[in-house]
Amino acid sequence: MALVRYTALLAGLVLLVVAPFTQATYGTYVLCSWLIFAIAAMGLNLTLGYAGQISLAQASFMGIGAYTTALMTMAGIHWAFSVAAGMGLCFVVGLVLGYPALRVQHHFLAFVTLAFTTLAFLVMRNEDWLTGGVYGLVGIPRPEFGPVSTMNQRNYYFFTLVIFLIAFAGFYWIVRSPWGRAFKALRENPIRANSLGVDTRMITLLAFAIGAAYGGLSGSLMAPLVQYIDPMSFTLIISLKILLMVVVGGSGYLFGPLLGAGLVIMLPEFLRFAENYYLMIYAGLVIVLMVYCPTGLIGLIEKTMTAFKAKRIERGDLKQGAQL
Amino acid sequence: MSEFMQVLISGLATGSIYALAAIGFTLLWQASQTINFAQGEFVMLPAFFVLIGMHVLGLGLLPAITLALVVSVALLGLVFKRVIIQPMLPHGVLPIVMATIALAILMRELVKEFYSAEAQPFPSMFSESTFRFLGATVSYQDVGNLVVSAIAITALQLFLGRTRTGRCMQATAQNPAVAEILGVNIQRMVLYTFMINAALATIASVLISPIYLAKFSIGEPIGLVAFLAAIVGGFNQVRGALAGGLLIGVIDNMSAAYLSSEYRIAGPMILLIIIVLLRPQGLLGTAEGRTV
Repeated sequence: MALVRYTALLAGLVLLVVAPFTQATYGTYVLCSWLIFAIAAMGLNLTLGYAGQISLAQASFMGIGAYTTALMTMAGIHWAFSVAAGMGLCFVVGLVLGYPALRVQHHFLAFVTLAFTTLAFLVMRNEDWLTGGVYGLVGIPRPEFGPVSTMNQRNYYFFTLVIFLIAFAGFYWIVRSPWGRAFKALRENPIRANSLGVDTRMITLLAFAIGAAYGGLSGSLMAPLVQYIDPMSFTLIISLKILLMVVVGGSGYLFGPLLGAGLVIMLPEFLRFAENYYLMIYAGLVIVLMVYCPTGLIGLIEKTMTAFKAKRIERGDLKQGAQL
Repeated sequence: MSEFMQVLISGLATGSIYALAAIGFTLLWQASQTINFAQGEFVMLPAFFVLIGMHVLGLGLLPAITLALVVSVALLGLVFKRVIIQPMLPHGVLPIVMATIALAILMRELVKEFYSAEAQPFPSMFSESTFRFLGATVSYQDVGNLVVSAIAITALQLFLGRTRTGRCMQATAQNPAVAEILGVNIQRMVLYTFMINAALATIASVLISPIYLAKFSIGEPIGLVAFLAAIVGGFNQVRGALAGGLLIGVIDNMSAAYLSSEYRIAGPMILLIIIVLLRPQGLLGTAEGRTV
């Protein structure tokens, strides 16, 4: 089984490396935005899927990361410093936003984070002196690393891929570490986790802060890719889109958000032939998936696999309390 | 002062319509722990049923409204509950949230594609002429909206408190297991709740569309305000949602009139954060016990 898993991972990696060579500039752009949204979804997966704290603020963290990167790189500072600043800022804001989560849960938390997204959007739109208001910021430079420029779309893809792999490795490490287990304990039963010595207060805040930092990282990659940012790219709809990626892919699964982001980003491209109807088809598919399999795509795959596996069947007449 | 009165009265009139949507929202939450992210679209859609009844079938305003009520209760109540919500109920809140968000997109796109993307004028049931009251100019439309919402809410309260079915619905909301043991058909009660929600949404739709025009995208702001009203007032109380709706309507109008219009929505949002942090059960709500 382990061999199958490693081969699959390797095959996936090879596919990721080969993919841009089969695509023109636009296809490569779509691939880039898939990886970038996958990073944001990964962060939300940590907050939601592992720690069980619902957040509708991921788009505003992307926004914070994107605006920080844009402002700093346009001022001539190298991308690497701007991404550190962006992620740091998101981490701090995430910590602060985590405080309500200590008091309220579930749908209340959803609405507090929703309110935060709306407020962040208002600030981005109305504070013209900093963010350029509705017109946004234009002409964000792409990072250069020594002689290698990322102006070429394919180069930018590989740059994104490297960052993505680092982020993924970091995520894998967090989930496997004692912290990851504490996150899961928090999701499954916060009171029991607390009684077993998990500092639920710190873990809740960390779940928010780390998830937010991932959002910031994805924003920092988004700004140089599009080279133009405006407040409309970080509205509530985008937060919901990232939430959709996590839930459709399978929240709480390592590869769930990857699949989910792929579906949410790629499906519109495949449904292009349907033109105006594509959003309808798309929404219809999501409803059907949620009704038929609420655990998302990964859950669907697992469901299908167990359907084909041989099962031990209990003899009905030997069951306890069976009536003959 | 007269300006203040004017802002207050029109705030109360729109607030009472918000309250209708918010009450439906809290009813669904109480009965089945369903958070309906498509609530705004539930208010948007019936107006188009009315328009179809008038322009395609050639009915008058009142028959068209009756038709819209029947269609909405069947589609947004019965079909919504049976086909979409029922299979997901055992799986917790999140899949329902995602599915209702998708449903909202679906409804919006259907209207945009098959009716019109333009804002449609919508006939009002009341005259738009005005009269003077305490120095303020008040339109009959505002008064009519207030009266109709008040009648609808009073009727709902009487139904819930004074009839056998209504009491069974309350029992279902409070403790489904015990209610079932005592012989209440809880699935049917939940279904009634969904149908009442659809009816309230239809009334809200008919009242609000003459003001904001009928448009496919109107659902998003209305849904947001309904959530706000429900949370501010208290999620588990009908009168809480009523108070929340009125309060949000007034605050929204006040901040548009006296603060900057750019940060108009920020007022209600900040109120929301403060309420959730200081009094999570809402202004009139009672705290829900937590289970281990």
